[in-house]
Amino acid sequence: MKKNATAAARTPLFDRVFKPETVTLPNGHTVLRPRSRTPLIAALVLFALALSVKVTGFDLTLIVKRASQLTKILGQIFQPDASFFDKVLPPLFDTIKMSILGSVIGCLLALPYAVAASANINRSKPLLAALRFVLNIVRTLPTLVIASICALVFGLGTFAGTVAIVVFTFGVVTKMLYESIETVNMGAFEALESAGANKFQAFWSAVFPQVLPTYLSHCLYSFEMNVRAASILGYVGAGGLGILIDERIGWRDYNGLGTVLLTLFVAVFVIENLSQFLRSKLS
Amino acid sequence: MQYADHILEKYESRPRKWWQYLLVALILALLLSWSASSITFKGLAAKGAEVAKGIFWGLVKPDMSMLLTTATDGVPYLLMETVCIAILGTVVGGILALPISFLASPKVMPRPVAFLFNALILLIRTLPSIVWALIWIRVTGPGAFCGVITQSICSIGMISKMYMTAIADLDTSILESLDASGCTAFQKVRYGIIPQLTPNIISTVIYRFDINIKDATTLGIVGAGGIGAALIQCINSRRWTMVGSFILAMIVLMLVIEFASTRIRAKLARGQ
Repeated sequence: MKKNATAAARTPLFDRVFKPETVTLPNGHTVLRPRSRTPLIAALVLFALALSVKVTGFDLTLIVKRASQLTKILGQIFQPDASFFDKVLPPLFDTIKMSILGSVIGCLLALPYAVAASANINRSKPLLAALRFVLNIVRTLPTLVIASICALVFGLGTFAGTVAIVVFTFGVVTKMLYESIETVNMGAFEALESAGANKFQAFWSAVFPQVLPTYLSHCLYSFEMNVRAASILGYVGAGGLGILIDERIGWRDYNGLGTVLLTLFVAVFVIENLSQFLRSKLS
Repeated sequence: MQYADHILEKYESRPRKWWQYLLVALILALLLSWSASSITFKGLAAKGAEVAKGIFWGLVKPDMSMLLTTATDGVPYLLMETVCIAILGTVVGGILALPISFLASPKVMPRPVAFLFNALILLIRTLPSIVWALIWIRVTGPGAFCGVITQSICSIGMISKMYMTAIADLDTSILESLDASGCTAFQKVRYGIIPQLTPNIISTVIYRFDINIKDATTLGIVGAGGIGAALIQCINSRRWTMVGSFILAMIVLMLVIEFASTRIRAKLARGQ
C-alpha cells in the first residue's frame, strides 16, 4: 500500500489528472501512453495572451492610424542635423568615461565577491546563501532605478551615473564569474592544498590562471553593455547622452535627435567591434 | 628539497610577457585617468543621507497595504500589467523575427537582401529600448500599449540574431534524405525544418521573455506602462515605504521568472 503511494507521488500531477491512454500492441501486450501536454500548454498560452491583450489595450488600428506620425519622426531622424554634432561630443565622452570608470571599479569589486560566492571555494552553506541573496537583490534592480536613487543621494551629474554603473557591473560580472569559477578543474587546487599551500595561495596559482581569460572577457562584455546602458542614464539626471536625448525629444527636434543617435550608434559599433576583437584574442 | 635540473631549466625559459602586461596596464591607467578627470565626487546631495536611510527602511518595512490590494494602483495589478506587456511584446517580437531572420540569413537569401536586413537588425539592437519607447510614445501615447510595441520592436534584434544561428546550424542532410525519399516541399518543411528549429525558437523566446520582464519595469519610467511608472513617482515624491514594496515585489517577480525560465530552457536543451 505504502509503495503504491510513493509511486503515485512520483508520477507527475498531469498524468494523474489525465490518465494515460492504454494501447494494445499487435502482439497482445498493453502499454500506457501518457497524454500529450501540448493542448494544456497551448490553452495556458492562449489564456495568457488574451489576458495580456485585454490588460494592455492592444490595438493595431491605432498603429495603422498613426503610422504617418512614425514615418515623419523616423524620416527626420534619418536626416541628422550636422550643426548639432559639436554639442553631442562632450556628453558622449561623459558617457564613455562613466562606463570606463564604472566598468573597471565594478569588475574589480566583483572579483573577491565572486570568489567568496562560488560553491567550490567557499564551503560554508549559510554564508554562501547570504552572499547569493544579496547578489540577487543587487542584480535584479533595474539600472535606471539604481541611477535615479543615486541621483537623489549623490546629486545630479556624472558621479551618480558612475555609481549606478558600478552597481550594475558588479551584479552582472559577479554572477558570470562565480558560474565560471564553479566549472573550473579543482584538481590543481586540491593538489596545492595538500602540498601545504593555504587557500589564498592555492586559489592564486591554481584557479586564478584558469578563470583569468574568462574574467577579462566578462569585463569587456560588461563594458560593451555599459556604454549602451550609460547612454540612457541621463534620462533620470545621472549625466551623459541621456539628458540630450530626453531634451531633443521634449523639444520635438528629431533632426537633432538623429544626430545624437547616429553618433551613439557609431560609438557603440566601434566599441563593440573593438571589444569583440579583444575577446576573440582572449579565447 | 632540490628541483631536478630540467624542471629549473623549463622554469627559467617560461614565457615572459611583462612588456605586454605593462602595455595593458599603461593603457588602462591612461583610460582611467582620462575618465576620472571629469567625474568628481561633490559630496552627498543636500538630503542624500536622508534619502539613503529612507530607502533602507522602506526595504525593511515595506508598505504592506500596497502589496495586498487588488486595486489598479496596487502592486499585484501593476506586476500583472508588467508581465502582460512582456508576454505580448515577446510573442509579437518572436513572430516578427521569424521572417526577418530568414531574410537576413545569407544561406537562404541573396547577399544584398541579407545585408539590408542585417543592417536593420543592427539598428534595432544598438538603440537602447528607452529611446525606442520615447519615440513610440509620440505615436501611441503613453500607456501599456506603448510598452508592448516597444518591446516587440526591441525583441526583434536579439531574437532574429539567435534564430539566425539556429538556421545556420540546420542539418541539411535531413532535407536531402527527405528529397531522396520523394517528399514534397511542404513535407520537407514540416518534417525536416520545423522539428529542428522549434526547440531553439521556444528556448530563445523564453530567454527573451526573461529579459523583457526586466526591461518592462524600466520602460514604465518613461511612461510606457507597468510598475516602473508608479515606482518612479514614489521615488520622486519620497514615499519610501511604497518604494520598498515596489522594489521587493519586482525582485521577487524577476527571481521567480528567471528560475522558471532557466528550468524550462534546461529541459528543452536536454530534449524533453
